[in-house]
Amino acid sequence: MRVALFATCLTDTFFPETARAVVRLLERLGCSVEFPLDQTCCGQMHFNTGYREHSKPLARKYTDVFGDYDHVVAPSGSCAGMVREVHPTLGESPPRTFELAEFLVDVLGVTDVGAWFPHRVTYHPTCHSLRMLGVGDKPLALLRAVKALDLVELPDSTHCCGFGGTFAVKNAETSTAMLADKMTSVLSTGAEVLSAGDNSCLMHIGGGLSRLRTGVRPVHLAEILASTEEDPWLATR
Amino acid sequence: MASAKEEILARIRNAKVPPVAPTVRGYDREGTGGVELFAERVADYRAIVHVVTDVPEALERLKGKRIVAPHDVPAEWLVDGVTWLHEPLTIEELDQSDGVLTGCAVAIADTGTIVLDGSEGQGRRALTLLPDYHLCVVRVDQIAASVPEALQRLEPTRPLTFISGPSATSDIELNRVEGVHGPRTLEVLIVG
Amino acid sequence: MARNPVTWLGSPTFPKAAHEALADTQLRQNLRKATGTIRGRRAAAVGEMTDWEQLRVAGEQIKDDVLSRLDTLLLQLEESVTARGGVVHWARDAEEANKIVLDLCRAENAREVVKVKSMATAEIGLNEALEAGGVHAIETDLAELIVQLGDDRPSHILVPAIHRNRSEIREIFQRRMGVEVSDEPADLAEAARVYLREKFLTAKVAISGANFAVADSGSIVVLESEGNGRMCLTLPETLITVMGIEKLVPTWQDLEVFLQLLPRSSTAERMNPYTSVWTGVTPGDGPQRFHLVLIDNGRTATLEDSVGRQALRCIRCSACLNVCPVYERTGGQSYGSVYPGPIGAILTPQLVGDMHDPQAASLPFASSLCGACFEVCPVRIDIPSVLTHLRAEAVEAKGRTAESVAMAAAAWVFREASRYEKAQKAGSLARFLARDGRITSLPWPGSKWTASRDVPAPPSESFRAWWRKNRG
Ligand code: SF4
Repeated sequence: MRVALFATCLTDTFFPETARAVVRLLERLGCSVEFPLDQTCCGQMHFNTGYREHSKPLARKYTDVFGDYDHVVAPSGSCAGMVREVHPTLGESPPRTFELAEFLVDVLGVTDVGAWFPHRVTYHPTCHSLRMLGVGDKPLALLRAVKALDLVELPDSTHCCGFGGTFAVKNAETSTAMLADKMTSVLSTGAEVLSAGDNSCLMHIGGGLSRLRTGVRPVHLAEILASTEEDPWLATR
Repeated sequence: MASAKEEILARIRNAKVPPVAPTVRGYDREGTGGVELFAERVADYRAIVHVVTDVPEALERLKGKRIVAPHDVPAEWLVDGVTWLHEPLTIEELDQSDGVLTGCAVAIADTGTIVLDGSEGQGRRALTLLPDYHLCVVRVDQIAASVPEALQRLEPTRPLTFISGPSATSDIELNRVEGVHGPRTLEVLIVG
Repeated sequence: MARNPVTWLGSPTFPKAAHEALADTQLRQNLRKATGTIRGRRAAAVGEMTDWEQLRVAGEQIKDDVLSRLDTLLLQLEESVTARGGVVHWARDAEEANKIVLDLCRAENAREVVKVKSMATAEIGLNEALEAGGVHAIETDLAELIVQLGDDRPSHILVPAIHRNRSEIREIFQRRMGVEVSDEPADLAEAARVYLREKFLTAKVAISGANFAVADSGSIVVLESEGNGRMCLTLPETLITVMGIEKLVPTWQDLEVFLQLLPRSSTAERMNPYTSVWTGVTPGDGPQRFHLVLIDNGRTATLEDSVGRQALRCIRCSACLNVCPVYERTGGQSYGSVYPGPIGAILTPQLVGDMHDPQAASLPFASSLCGACFEVCPVRIDIPSVLTHLRAEAVEAKGRTAESVAMAAAAWVFREASRYEKAQKAGSLARFLARDGRITSLPWPGSKWTASRDVPAPPSESFRAWWRKNRG
């Protein structure tokens, strides 16, 4: 299957390891992955901050860049949600765009992707994956099938971590209060790794965990699923 | 100057809200619950429930008390040994009684609700409000399965009171506590 | 035009107000406990319904229908209420509504009136207006009474004293009622019962709000728990009901939807203890004089906005407040309005109708857009979408700012992959700022981020650079 990767600007710039993991994983599952170099950003930050007009040309660009593909996969629930739910309100008819976990489970029909990850992991189901896309527990199903992985339930997992894009800066103190509770939940699990399907939330929670020198590592779901015994995950952050 | 009414109506028209498609009522309008579900759900509100066959016998519990009753309850309910209080009654007399006995118009199994509409055997609204104890007789044929079915049986222009358990409040730490201004004890006799 | 009292005069913008609230650990504990409790109970009450989603859709559609022919339905309501012996009044704004109610109280020679909890009267500042006119309004809902006796402000639309725990309530009652009472909720409720009994039995005039008004029958519906509503709606000789013009449903049958949606969403009950329905005046039963005051106060302006008008579907259940992670941390008073939480963030600025008001304009930003509110809203108000819509209005009202310049620049960069790539390369300079792979402090506005979070150092190579090298 021919698949276009929409890396998202955040992952492309700050977390290339995640995008490389998506490529490895999808190729292992028999997809042919393309990365159109003209892609930039879905316009979510602009749209959500009140700069709707600025987001329009970015939505247009997205349609132009990916319009020829039957399947676009993004390692981000919120960017996939932006494309699917918001781009149509900006006058676009975007190509079918999936968050990674839903693409694996719904389109490829796999839950066991042959991964190996010998660590204790807890999973934060980010708000947009959960509520905008309705990804449900597909990510958990994928994680449960990973060999050697010890999955521990995150208490109050559905509570927002407090990122919210520019909310994290405009209402920094409230965001931090939400983050504090999320970190308490994460630490209560005793997990070594906090995973999520979105690097934005991971950057926020991970930034807090790093500040407190907790030693818990944020790792994107794609990196866990890409990890195998032959080619294991290596810590990059 | 235009009146407030004219101006508000003009602003509404000016907003030009487009018409909408008819409402889709895809929800369950029937319900399946009967006596058992009703009894269970009334009890969930911490009301006292009995299923009885003989009302006068069940009213023994009122002996020695001063009980308000609408004048048109079935004569057999007015058992001996109870001081029955009938209209006209002042607010003070209602407040000082030991309780009130009424029938009802409709009951709802799904929600454990009793509805009074001021018709036969129910009296005006104040009767079931001021006494601290309310004993309500519900006939099995008065129990509707669902909220939609109950509303269909009711006449909206009558003064209606839907009662679901004794008076309660959730205002302190969002936890339910029974017993504030309305009757603190609700007892229901379901007559088969 | 007079300022709309829906926001409290002198309230700071949301981030400033939140700063104070977040420092109050007692407040946060109280809120966490209360909202945590109700969230779980609501989920259970909704979970036992197999047709919940269908009910929500019907609720949404009925309310949209109302908004699409509000003029006709209001006239129909007026006609049915009048035919049953009631008197209908119309008020463009708060000032006009307050004057109508005050004049009605004066006509009855009432110095004291009893009130059932009502958002509409709180929104227009009725109590203050009555007080200024020499009429004392006594709040009879337990939580409203706690707020009134504590000289406090409300912080929740259903339970205005949600920010108070039992021991604080005990303290307020002891001080203002002059009684000894324990902090057991049952004892506190008993104290309120005793305190208010006399008032109920002697009041000549009552004031209420309305949860619903049925256009075709003229029936008014009030849902409550304690029985204070029944007291007010039944015992006095005169009843004045104040309601927003959007509180209509077209037909009696439509109530079958809302009587299922509202109790489960608000107090997590299958049904609230008491619901009263009355139509005009019933001879021999209840108040013999009935006045219905219909208020606009910003609603018709809200109706004009094709995205924002869905806020008028709101049935004030408060479910969105109870699940909101922002509300849970900051409490309701930070929103500076009787309408806090997610619904407040979209309704208040629209009722105020002026995005140049910095406080009102700060409200749509008081959300992480997590969507929990939309998920629970019984009338399916897409609160996140309205928030971003109002943010755009706020941005436009502000004109050119440092932020708008930065946003324009970022958009310019993103429009061309080549510019974006250049910026990425320049950004990798930031690596030098990082100590052992993390950045712990950035200049403003990044400092708002690094106050509590490290920033990952940008990698030596972006993904696209890697792709170009290895796959391109
Ligand atoms: S917006 Fe929806 S959830 Fe919030 S109070 Fe209104 S009806 Fe309830």
